[in-house]
Amino acid sequence: MDFGYTDDQREIQRTARDLLADRASPERVRENAEAGRHDDDLWKELSELGWPGIAVAEEHGGQGLGTVELAILSEELGRTVAPVPFVPSAMAAAIISAAGSDEQRARWLPGLASGELVGAVGTAQDGVAGLVPSGADAGVVVLVEGDGMRVLARTEAEVEPLQAIDPTRPAARITASPGSGEPLPGDTDAGLQRALVALSAELVGVCSRALDMTVDYVKERKQFGTPVGAFQAVSHRCAQMLLETEIARATTAEAAWTADAEPQRLAQCAAQAKATASDAGRTVTASAIQAHGGIGFTWEADVHWLYKRAQVDAALLGGAKEHRARLARIVGERAAVGAPA
Amino acid sequence: MDLTFSDDELAFRDEFRSWLAENPPPPDPGDVGDDARNAWRGAWQRQLYEGGWAAPNWPNEYGGRGATLTQSAIYFEEIGRARVPLPANVLGILLGGPTLMVWGTDEQKERYLTPILSAEEIWCQGFSEPDAGSDLASLKTRAVKDGDDWLVTGQKVWTSGAQYAKWCMLVARTDPDAPKHKGLTYFLMDMEQDEVQVRPLRQITGEAEFNELFIEDARIPDENVIGGVGNGWKVALTTLMNERAGLGFTLQIRLRQILDDVIAAAAERDKLDDPRIADEIAELNARCEAIRLMAWKGLTDTERYGQPGPEGSLVKWLWSETNQRVTQLAADVVGAEALTAGTGWSYELLRARGNTIEGGTTEILKNIVAERVLGLPRLKAAA
Repeated sequence: MDFGYTDDQREIQRTARDLLADRASPERVRENAEAGRHDDDLWKELSELGWPGIAVAEEHGGQGLGTVELAILSEELGRTVAPVPFVPSAMAAAIISAAGSDEQRARWLPGLASGELVGAVGTAQDGVAGLVPSGADAGVVVLVEGDGMRVLARTEAEVEPLQAIDPTRPAARITASPGSGEPLPGDTDAGLQRALVALSAELVGVCSRALDMTVDYVKERKQFGTPVGAFQAVSHRCAQMLLETEIARATTAEAAWTADAEPQRLAQCAAQAKATASDAGRTVTASAIQAHGGIGFTWEADVHWLYKRAQVDAALLGGAKEHRARLARIVGERAAVGAPA
Repeated sequence: MDLTFSDDELAFRDEFRSWLAENPPPPDPGDVGDDARNAWRGAWQRQLYEGGWAAPNWPNEYGGRGATLTQSAIYFEEIGRARVPLPANVLGILLGGPTLMVWGTDEQKERYLTPILSAEEIWCQGFSEPDAGSDLASLKTRAVKDGDDWLVTGQKVWTSGAQYAKWCMLVARTDPDAPKHKGLTYFLMDMEQDEVQVRPLRQITGEAEFNELFIEDARIPDENVIGGVGNGWKVALTTLMNERAGLGFTLQIRLRQILDDVIAAAAERDKLDDPRIADEIAELNARCEAIRLMAWKGLTDTERYGQPGPEGSLVKWLWSETNQRVTQLAADVVGAEALTAGTGWSYELLRARGNTIEGGTTEILKNIVAERVLGLPRLKAAA
C-alpha cells in the first residue's frame, strides 16, 4: 500500500505550487475577483503548459494522464482560489470523455484540452441551471438533469451572467429550451464521478489553505498578552479544522485512485469524497473566519474568498446531504446482498 | 499511489487467514466469570504461540516473524475480522516486549521475552495514578533504595489484567528533588507479593476490566530496573509509543463490523429508507473509511519515510468519536434492546464512553495536534 505520489506526480504538484505562488498571489486573485473576471493571462499560461488537457486523451489533444493528476492540479488551484475556469472546464471534459459519442468527443475535447474553449457544468431543473461557475465565459456547457445529461454550445443556450458570492469564477444562469443541445449517450455516471473527484480535490485545497492562513494568524495575533493560538478554545478549533481537512483528503485521494485503478468502486468513493469535502469546505472555511476574529469578517482579509469558493463548490453537483443519500443507498444495497461494505 | 497490498503482503494475510480457519480458538465459554474467561484467552494465546503467531511483529531472534509494519497491521486486521480474541498477554506483547527490546539488558531479554510470548507470565502496566492521568509525569508512587532492592509505595489505577499479571511495568519516582520528568525510574515489579494489593475497579458497563493497585513497601530487586535509574520517563515514552501500534487496526475493523451490524439491523427493520437514519449511516460509513485510509497512510508513511505523519493522534481521536456515534446510532435503530442491560448493543454503547478517555483523552490529543502538528504555541500551565 502506498499513499505517496510517483516522482512524476510529485513534480506536477511542485511545479503547480511554485507557479501559482507567483501567478495566483493573493494580490492578483483580489484584483481579478474585485473586477469579477477570470484571469485571462493566467489561463493562457496554464493552457500553454497543457493543464486543461491533463486528463484528456492524447488523441483529443490532451496529456492522457489520470484522475490522480487531475486531482493534484485541482487541489493546488483550490489552495490559491485561482480565478481560472480550470475545474469547471476539466469537469466538462471528464464528463464528455466518459459519456460523449465519438462525434461529441471529437467536437469538444480538443478545444477544452487546449484551453481555447472554456467548459462549465451545472445541475438543471426544468432546463434552468441557476448558478453555473465560469458559466459567463463558457463556450460549452454540460447540464446534469435528473438521470440524463446534455451538452450545449453556448449559442444553443441562454447564458445570463450573474454575480455569484464567489466572484473568482464569473457565473451565469443558464437556460436550455427542451430539445436544444444533444444528450450525452454514454456512461454519464462515470463522467459525473470523475467531475466530483476534481471538485472534491479543489475543496481539499481550499480547506488546507484556510487552515494554513488561520494557523499563521493565531500564532501572531496577541490578546491578554499571549498569542491567541495558545488558548485551547482556539487551538482545538484549529485541530478540528485539520481533522476535517484530513478526512476529506483521505476520501478524495481514494476516489481519485479508484477512478484510475478500480472504477467499479468509484460510485461509492466519489460520493464519499464529495460528501466529506463539501462538509469540510463549509466548516473549515467558516472556522477560519471565526478564528481570525473581527479581521476575518472584513473584505480586507483574504479568508472570505476561500469561504465563498467553498460555499459554491460544496453545493455544486450536489451537497453533502445529497451524496450521503446516494452513499446510503449503495451501502444499503450491499447489506441487502450480504456483502461487506 | 497504490491502495492494494503487494503479493507478499497478500501471501502473509492468506497464510494467517488459513491458519486461523484451521486453528480456531477453543469455543467461547460465555459468561463464566473472569477467571475462566482469562484461562480461555490464555489457552488461545498458547495456541497462537505454538503456531508461531503470538507476536509476528517481534524479530525472529525473539520468537516473532520479523513482520513489517504493514504485515503486523494485516495481522491485527485479521484478528478483528475473524472475531477471535486478542492474546491474553496483549500488553506484554505490544508494550512490554518492545520496551525491553529497546532498553533491556541481554539478561533481561533472555529472562522475560519468551514467557511473554507463551502467556506463561502475564504483564500489566502501572503508569496512571489517581492524581496523575494526562499529566503522567506528576506521578507520586515512590521507590527508595534498600540495600540491593528498591522499596515501592504508592497507588496505581486503570491497571488492566493486574489480577492475572506476574509482572507490572511500573514507573515510580526515585528522586523527589529532580524536575518532575527527570526523577522517574522504570521497574519490573513482581505482582506475586502481599505488599501489592489488587482491587477491581468496576466500570460503567458493570464489569471490571481495570484495577487499582495499592502498593506498600513492595520489594523490587535492582536488576529489575529497565533503562537505568532516573531514565524512567524516556523508557515510559517507548512503551506509550507502542500503545496504539497495531492494536488500532483491530479496533478499526471492529468498528467496521459494528457499523455493518447497525446497517444490517436498519435494513431488517426497514429503517434504511428513513432519511435521518440513512444520513447518519452514510456519514459514519465515510468516517469509517477515512479512519481506515488514514491509519494505513500513517503506517505506510512511517514505513517508507521513517516519519509518521499527523495521522496517529487524528486516527485515535476520529476512531473514538466515530465508535461512540455508531453505538449511539444503534440505540436509534434497534431501540429497547440497545438500552437493555446485558445485551451486546448496550455493552458497546457504554464501553464506547471510555474510548475518548483511555490511551490519551481527546482533549490531550487535540493539544498534541495543535502543538506538534500545527506548531501552535503552548499555553503555560497554571502553576
